Amino acid sequence: MAVMTYRDALNEALREEMERDPDVFLMGEEVAEYNGAYKVSKGLLDQFGPRRVVDSPISELGFTGLCVGASMAGLRPIVEFMTFNFAFLAIDQVINSASKMMYMSEGQFPMPIVFRGPTGAALQLSAQHSSACETYYLHSPGVKVVVPATPADAKGLLKASIRDNDPVAFMEGELLYNFKGEVPEDEDYVIPLGVADLKREGSHVSIITHGKMVHVAMQAASKLEKDGIQADVLDLRTLRPLDVDAILESVRKTNRAVYLEEGWSYLGVGAQIVATIQEEAFDHLDAPVLRVTQADIPMPYAKNLEIMAKPSADRVVEACNKVLYR
Amino acid sequence: MAQTKTGKKKKGTAGADAFEQFGVSPESALELLRDMLLYRRFEEKAEEGYAIGKIGGFCHLHIGQEGVAAGSIKPLRDDDYVISAYREHTLALAKGVKPGPVMAELYGRATGTSGGKGGSMHIFDRDVRFMGGHGIVGGQVPLATGIAWKIKYREEPNVVVCFMGDAAVNQGGFHEALNMAAVWELPAIYVVENNQYGMGTAFRRVSLTEIVEKASPYGIPASRVNGQDVLATYAHFRDLAEEVRNGGGPRFVDAETYRFRGHSMSDPVSGTYRPKEEVDLRTHQDDPIAILRDHLMDGGHLDQAGLEAMDKDARDLAQEAADFADESPLPGPEALYRNVWAEINPNGRLNFDGRGESPWR
Repeated sequence: MAVMTYRDALNEALREEMERDPDVFLMGEEVAEYNGAYKVSKGLLDQFGPRRVVDSPISELGFTGLCVGASMAGLRPIVEFMTFNFAFLAIDQVINSASKMMYMSEGQFPMPIVFRGPTGAALQLSAQHSSACETYYLHSPGVKVVVPATPADAKGLLKASIRDNDPVAFMEGELLYNFKGEVPEDEDYVIPLGVADLKREGSHVSIITHGKMVHVAMQAASKLEKDGIQADVLDLRTLRPLDVDAILESVRKTNRAVYLEEGWSYLGVGAQIVATIQEEAFDHLDAPVLRVTQADIPMPYAKNLEIMAKPSADRVVEACNKVLYR
Repeated sequence: MAQTKTGKKKKGTAGADAFEQFGVSPESALELLRDMLLYRRFEEKAEEGYAIGKIGGFCHLHIGQEGVAAGSIKPLRDDDYVISAYREHTLALAKGVKPGPVMAELYGRATGTSGGKGGSMHIFDRDVRFMGGHGIVGGQVPLATGIAWKIKYREEPNVVVCFMGDAAVNQGGFHEALNMAAVWELPAIYVVENNQYGMGTAFRRVSLTEIVEKASPYGIPASRVNGQDVLATYAHFRDLAEEVRNGGGPRFVDAETYRFRGHSMSDPVSGTYRPKEEVDLRTHQDDPIAILRDHLMDGGHLDQAGLEAMDKDARDLAQEAADFADESPLPGPEALYRNVWAEINPNGRLNFDGRGESPWR
């Protein structure tokens, strides 16, 4: 095991997969000469050259569509969005082209392509740079959605995403890039999509979450522990495919659940998780499933308002206490 | 050209000299006429299928624009790529997709090019490199650019020809894609089938500049061709394809044409957006089939009997396609969930509709 940052883990995954398959290339804004807006692609231009590490113009719709076309024609593109907030300009090509091509051609065009970049809020970037974008992609059949929280998961899941034969929205976090953790050094460290990870084991309540909120959930679990409450922290890791078995197993054990996510509540990820739990584990529930989300407003700039808008460990503790009727 | 009777000579290039002028042999020209007749009769058969309820949804006919289809695709190599928007039935035929499966797709049958799951707007045939069939105006332009990217990436000896309607040039993706194609010198030919109307909006109402000027900001050589003159179009694309194939970078073509029918089968041929007189005049004067027919007859390469025989073949092929479609089964229920995914992951759930028949619960 090596200790490395989430950023470097992604970099390793990109490097290894580009070494492994000459059809894999990376395109996006600032990925080559600038070494990436967040330095995820550092050194890749030197190693692979400008044919495979490509600085695009600021044309999200255009370069996304270009990469979708390249995928259609047989390559395996990786599209880097500086943030998924900018990918709203490109989502037509993700949804209308990439996600539907396989179906509307009756299987003639598998679409291996990864769309990756940070999602959600960082610090004081305000309304247009802070949206958690998972739901937009999850809503459409034909796109897989991957949301790693740790360096090891980032590496193993990115490798799996690049090798997958369907479009994958791979969502990272600006605040995660410097996060350090242990990463296996095995070149074939691939984490299959669709397998959740129990990041912490408890028995009283399930905190189910994904992406950078895993760390908030862990803080909440520590706080609860001081109060004698043991929480399961279930990191879904991929949202489609979704490890429903892991969710149900946790809920059947604790009989109480809270979903924590960075995005908005209305039709957010948690809405689906709650629906699934009530459909498939209704008899195991001792309390309604609650959700902790961002405030239902565009993200404000002022530091104090931003803190109020974001989900927090305290809110998670509060929700857990509520489902525990404490 | 509803009838095969010889009509008044109009437009196009002058008489028998056209073959020499454009370097197209009369034999090749006869093939182009044969192709265009098939496209016309195929589309008329689709029109009929729509009228009797065999075809549903949106159905955009190419009648009047056959010169662009034959003239721009026939000079290509078999392994070159073609991609289009949704007025693409005859472009698919020109690229080598068989009429039966195209018609069956319009009929929504299991034997269709997409097993009945794409319909009129989504004809695909990977084997002959016909890449769709795309329903969002301009959406295929970045895709074409990506196909060109792949050709260059793998150093293949091919080009991609990307068709779009005139309305597509006002989409942002068009401009983004052309800019990238120019910067990276990609082997793409972008063709605007300029029929002057985006549905019911005349192009001059939504643009102060001409179509042919739209690529100039990106440094892409642009040209204009009379798409109703298939010989001129053929010669133009033969030259362009070689330039692009030899590393010349992208090209942009304003192929002037005219749509003889409404925007789709559910739209009027004329009305508030274009007068009936205009349609009648253009249909009479600018029929690409009549123009080529007259060249061939004037040059003594075709007589009335030959024309009628050729037209009968086209009608027979269109009828065969319709019969094939009509006799084909509907897609079975097993098709419903098939091919949403290329890879069913062994772990996790991919489908959330709660319906028992889904294979990925």
